[in-house]
Amino acid sequence: MSETILSVRNVSKNFGGIQAVREVSFDVKRGEVLGLIGPNGSGKSTLFNCVLGQLKPSSGEVHVNGRNVAGMRACDLNKLGVGRTFQQLSVFPQMSVIDNIILAGQEHHGTMLSRLFGPSDAGLTAEAEQMIAFFRLSHLRDELAGSLSYGQQKLVDAAMAFMAGPSLVLLDEPAGGVNLTMLGNLKERLKTYNESHDTTFVVIEHNMEFVMSLCSRIVVLAEGAIIAEGTPDEIRNNQQVIDAYLGG
Amino acid sequence: MTPKNIIFAIVAVGLLIIAPLGQGNYITYVLCSWLLFSIAAMGLNLTLGYAGQVSLAQASFMGIGAYITALMTLNGIHWILAMPCAVAATFFVGLVLGYPALRVQHHFLAFVTLAFNTLVFLAFRNEEWLTGGSFGLVGMPRPDFWVFSTMKQLPFYYFTLVCFLISAAAFWWIVHSPWGRAFKALRENPIRANSVGVDTRRMTLLAFAIGSAFGGLAGALMTPLVQFIEPGSFALVHSLKLLLMVVVGGAGFFFGPILGAAIVILMPEVLRFTEGYYLIIYALLVIVLMVYSPTGLMGLGGKVITRFRPQREVRKDMVQGAQL
Repeated sequence: MSETILSVRNVSKNFGGIQAVREVSFDVKRGEVLGLIGPNGSGKSTLFNCVLGQLKPSSGEVHVNGRNVAGMRACDLNKLGVGRTFQQLSVFPQMSVIDNIILAGQEHHGTMLSRLFGPSDAGLTAEAEQMIAFFRLSHLRDELAGSLSYGQQKLVDAAMAFMAGPSLVLLDEPAGGVNLTMLGNLKERLKTYNESHDTTFVVIEHNMEFVMSLCSRIVVLAEGAIIAEGTPDEIRNNQQVIDAYLGG
Repeated sequence: MTPKNIIFAIVAVGLLIIAPLGQGNYITYVLCSWLLFSIAAMGLNLTLGYAGQVSLAQASFMGIGAYITALMTLNGIHWILAMPCAVAATFFVGLVLGYPALRVQHHFLAFVTLAFNTLVFLAFRNEEWLTGGSFGLVGMPRPDFWVFSTMKQLPFYYFTLVCFLISAAAFWWIVHSPWGRAFKALRENPIRANSVGVDTRRMTLLAFAIGSAFGGLAGALMTPLVQFIEPGSFALVHSLKLLLMVVVGGAGFFFGPILGAAIVILMPEVLRFTEGYYLIIYALLVIVLMVYSPTGLMGLGGKVITRFRPQREVRKDMVQGAQL
């Protein structure tokens, strides 16, 4: 756990006169599961979007595997080994589950031309079936993704994020709207994947039980700045964090 | 391709081969028109039905292809050389037209492409020194291929049929390749597509460029078929007609535009006995179809199959029809 995968250095983001993120810095090491929490309006999503290239930071730098990625297009970031899930459901509803998963991997195989003249599945059916089996979705292989339940679509979303074998995955509220049974399944799958592949996770989540049991380290944001950083136990007992959440 | 699909394809090709036999010149001409409009509609189906990019400029690409072919063949260049030039030119013009699609979507994009069609129409009409203006260009030769001459209507039909089959095979290949999956992803959720590595910018441009190239090929076939081209044949109303073919047939379905072109091109002949009522009947049929089945005839076919054979799963995608 020594190699730094994600390095956020003095990142600030202003929207007009509002400073949504203020001089935020943290590192995430290989294999680490970092939770990013904070009350509503604390700047989590803005910071997330700065890391994912959807927003360009007003100042500061974001490095993934040592490369500055600030303002980089999402597809280029993905090819650099960054996967993500979305807060809202974000599958391709009119494509089958297997097609969703194959799509998530096909752009990492061959060139544009080889994808046109190569096999229809880009040679990924077996790999996609393994990923579907890992997320216990094999029985839904040929169903349209849009016809699945909310929780099942969240699992498809997660499977898509992992299909290209990323070194870093950013999970945006993975537990949002998922029932308890499905949540347990999702958490267990994420833990297993993290342990077996040494993949780094950054998780934004409001469900404290989920964050505390999944993450090895937690960064707490309030009003755009980091107010605490530590293990789940340290965060749970931190008075500043308790005050921020309870408005004390 | 499954064995059932292969048998279906063989039967369909067989029917296309025998379709003009025993028919007069006019019916054979109408069948040629159907095939070449099917090629143009296939291109629009790729842009609109698969990639979700609205285009009201397909007729202008037919026009560019037709004029390039006409000018080259009138200057003694063989069609077999003129056609690739027409296809390449429309590919690159389509690529350029794709750039606005990177910034605007849906009805805004429709207006951009509509303006482009108008611009091309005006260029054809006003640049008399090149295009012959409103009088157009006449006397383009039909191509000869050694002993095979396409001067007569029947050989020209088979020549068009070969071009159509090659285009259909290319189209089938594209939409069943990983590119086809990326085009569908672009239509369904471009932000998610981008986040899994699909270069949505490149795929948007390619959707326009490839779709336009199909239009260019259709234009290159129209020139020797009609042997007379004028700007009015490529006006906005013809782009709307091509859009109608795609939507009525079923946008996003392989056979949709072929079926739609059959309705738009062949239906007037079928309804000829109604004389002046033809357009009224035709419009009513289209309205009823769109209300009952926004996914066009292909979607309607799916509904019928589901009703009689509910155990058989019907393709459920494109349930919302084309998104304009």
